[in-house]
Amino acid sequence: MGKLSKLGKVYLAAVFFILYAPIFYLIFYSFNSGGTMSSFDGFTLEHYAAVFNDTRLIIILMNTVIVALLSSLIATAIGVLGAIGIVFLRNRKMRNAMLSLNNILIVSPDVIIGASFLILFTMIGVKLGFASVLISHIAFSIPIVVIMVLPKLQEMSSNLIDAAADLGASKRDILTRVIIPYIKPGIFAGFFLALTYSLDDFAVTFFVTGNGFSTLSVEIYSMARAGITLTINALSALIFVVTLGLVVGYYFFNQRARTVGTGGQ
Amino acid sequence: MKSIIQTSVAILVVCALLFYGVSALEKSSATSGGGSITIYNWGEYIDPELITQFEEETNINVVYETFDSNEAMMTKIEQGGTSYDVAMPSEYAIEKMKENDLLIPIDQEKIPNLKNIDPYFLDLPFDPGNEYSIPYFWGTVGIAFNPTLLEGQTFESWDDLWDPSLEQEVIIVDGAREVIGMGLNSLGYSLNSRDASELREATDKLKTLGPNIKAVIGDEIVEMMRREEAAVALTWSGQAADMMFVNENIDFSVPEEGSNLWFDNMVIPKTSSNVDGAHAFINFMLDAEAAAQNTEYVGYSTPNQAAVALMDPEVTGDERFYPPEELRERLEVYENLGLEMLGIYNELFLEFKMDMEN
Amino acid sequence: MKNNSRPLYMVPYYLWIVLFVIAPIVLIGYYSFLDLDGKFTLDNYQNYFSSVYLRLTLSSFWYAFLITFFSILIAYPTAYWLTKTKHKQLWLLLIIIPSWINLLLKTYAYIGIFGLYGPANKFLSMIGIGEQQILFTDFSFIFVSVYIFIPFMILPIFNSLDKLNPALIDASRDLGASSWMTFRKVVFPLAINGVKSGVQAVFIPALSLFVITRLIAGNKVITLGTAIEQQFLVTQNWGMGSTIAVFLILFMFIIMMATGQKDKGGAEHGKVK
Repeated sequence: MGKLSKLGKVYLAAVFFILYAPIFYLIFYSFNSGGTMSSFDGFTLEHYAAVFNDTRLIIILMNTVIVALLSSLIATAIGVLGAIGIVFLRNRKMRNAMLSLNNILIVSPDVIIGASFLILFTMIGVKLGFASVLISHIAFSIPIVVIMVLPKLQEMSSNLIDAAADLGASKRDILTRVIIPYIKPGIFAGFFLALTYSLDDFAVTFFVTGNGFSTLSVEIYSMARAGITLTINALSALIFVVTLGLVVGYYFFNQRARTVGTGGQ
Repeated sequence: MKSIIQTSVAILVVCALLFYGVSALEKSSATSGGGSITIYNWGEYIDPELITQFEEETNINVVYETFDSNEAMMTKIEQGGTSYDVAMPSEYAIEKMKENDLLIPIDQEKIPNLKNIDPYFLDLPFDPGNEYSIPYFWGTVGIAFNPTLLEGQTFESWDDLWDPSLEQEVIIVDGAREVIGMGLNSLGYSLNSRDASELREATDKLKTLGPNIKAVIGDEIVEMMRREEAAVALTWSGQAADMMFVNENIDFSVPEEGSNLWFDNMVIPKTSSNVDGAHAFINFMLDAEAAAQNTEYVGYSTPNQAAVALMDPEVTGDERFYPPEELRERLEVYENLGLEMLGIYNELFLEFKMDMEN
Repeated sequence: MKNNSRPLYMVPYYLWIVLFVIAPIVLIGYYSFLDLDGKFTLDNYQNYFSSVYLRLTLSSFWYAFLITFFSILIAYPTAYWLTKTKHKQLWLLLIIIPSWINLLLKTYAYIGIFGLYGPANKFLSMIGIGEQQILFTDFSFIFVSVYIFIPFMILPIFNSLDKLNPALIDASRDLGASSWMTFRKVVFPLAINGVKSGVQAVFIPALSLFVITRLIAGNKVITLGTAIEQQFLVTQNWGMGSTIAVFLILFMFIIMMATGQKDKGGAEHGKVK
């Protein structure tokens, strides 16, 4: 395969620039002593100090991260198994029906999902709070995982599985040694997009939360009426820097481990 | 497979650590003793220092939750699941919550500070005798404008919005009652009109405003006006106050044909599990000094006379936000028109918005 | 993965379908036949076919189409070139990270960037075009929508392209095919599954966008999602809201049919029990 051409470099640079522009814009104003995102009056760190002094905000942030990570993890597990099951369905009509059902939560507006989940939870008697929010996030993240895993599964040649079966691999081995490694990129894609869904969700969380449990999105949306404070900008800047550090650090740590170790995956 | 298991374990460890962190933080911030109450309010609509002060004075722990619309708040209270003890709905929502039996009557003997409230704001049609609600903040709907971006236009009348020189300069608030109400007011009708022909006339008139409209948005109006992206906005007085706080060029006017008078009141929802605590909180918020401090923080108009007396007369003497008696006469409070009528208002509003698109 | 028998590992997924998909659909279907007083009616369906809602549906589809089209247009080359970078997995992660910052905040940032005095207009006047009204136009709406959805398009396309066997491309080259031919005959068909996934993850949600229709388009664009939102939250007419949702779900089935696989797909894997 050819190397990245010059045109490719310029194009990617442009895409990344646009992707990060609004975030740098937010971070820039988090240092604004003026108190708003309109005119930059002077440099200050007071918004960052405010973040660390606000225990409630920090609790909310930690809750947000817990819900996002846990729900994405569980949704990925359920979604991957579901996708494998769907692909192996022998009846094509049945398979398409399952896929359509799968996508209903993606198409449904958040308000409907939120309201119907709320009715469901109060009917079953789930206490509103951490558990109900976690379950809802798992529920609306599953379809995106399925969608991301499917193309990899469909491309996997059946010869691969047949060969493994002929060699006497058990069904479990086929799953863990053949299928899962093959669709791994899809699994990670699904997991990361589930994180996106969870971190961004406002409407569903709003409806199913209660008893003082809150996530960052709910907090930010309900601030809108009186204006979002720059404390939120500062918090987002911190989240962004920490996430970026973690991801880049983890990647290179893995890389080194791989080259130092056996080399294989 | 190995990397997947590794990643999963790492995630679980991180979650466990965070969980531990949350419970440690919650323990350290909770005050033990006098029970706890849950407040359900709009975001950034209270001075957080007052909550701490209340917790210290009464030993009652306050759990604070926020909502972003009356309707969403009502759905949550109706479904139960959380024991909200005090909420701050707007007046039409209070009427509806009363109808749906979602409120607990307020025992006025437990709220001695009620005497601080200006009698003008008590005993209003949406809650006779203040059986269920106590005023928190109030305001009007009017026109915020920035004279530095205009050529001397004034806004004494709603019709001034139709001035051809304002092409693409007007932002209006995304609310069916507010916009259709403005159309009705500009024709001299009541903003609580149920008359089909009046409503049609108002909608048709509003459609001719299309060329002047830059956008129909919600809370972002404040930011847009602060940044001078637009010169004129149809909005609530509270938001106008927020704009002026940052951009001193902005002015606010309530047109002479009349407009809306709105309230956000404190109520005790049916879900309350600590009714005494709720009364204590309401009483605390009505205290002259607390209310003055809260008003300075939030920036809206307070119904609390005793607080007004403590505040800067330059603020409380501002007739744009504390309108004199004769203007107040021309203001109308929204009546609960019923769901069917509300649906008609909304469909007319949708028609108006769809028309704007082309 | 401890369950060896096939039906067992599907249990959580089926449970999810029943509880969180079928139950809500039944609920929505039920509500769509109710009027404001909770009595049975067909008025909602009749109402949907009035001019306002039909116009709404058409314009909603048109914008969703545009958003999907531009997403593919931008995502395809991005994914293609990403597969050729040195640390491709890392770059891919860097595409996703911006989507973890709160959407409302990013939208507010765009209000600033596209504003009359924002950087975009500063740039435009610098290169001599002069200040433009960018905010509250179709352009800004589609731009920001594509911005939001782009990771959902890049990821599946990247995954399909990435596993492309370099030998295939070399073979095609050796057989004398031009780059364009190779792309058209080899690369593109192989990536089609990724594109289909992307379309499902973009087109369908684009029909029910709601926050940015107000913030970025100033309500000059109205989607089906906005209308449902209004019915549920403002008018509190759950019946009408559910009716629109029923149509949204119908449209989704149609789109699924159009993007579903027509080949035998995974059926041949049926051998594995």
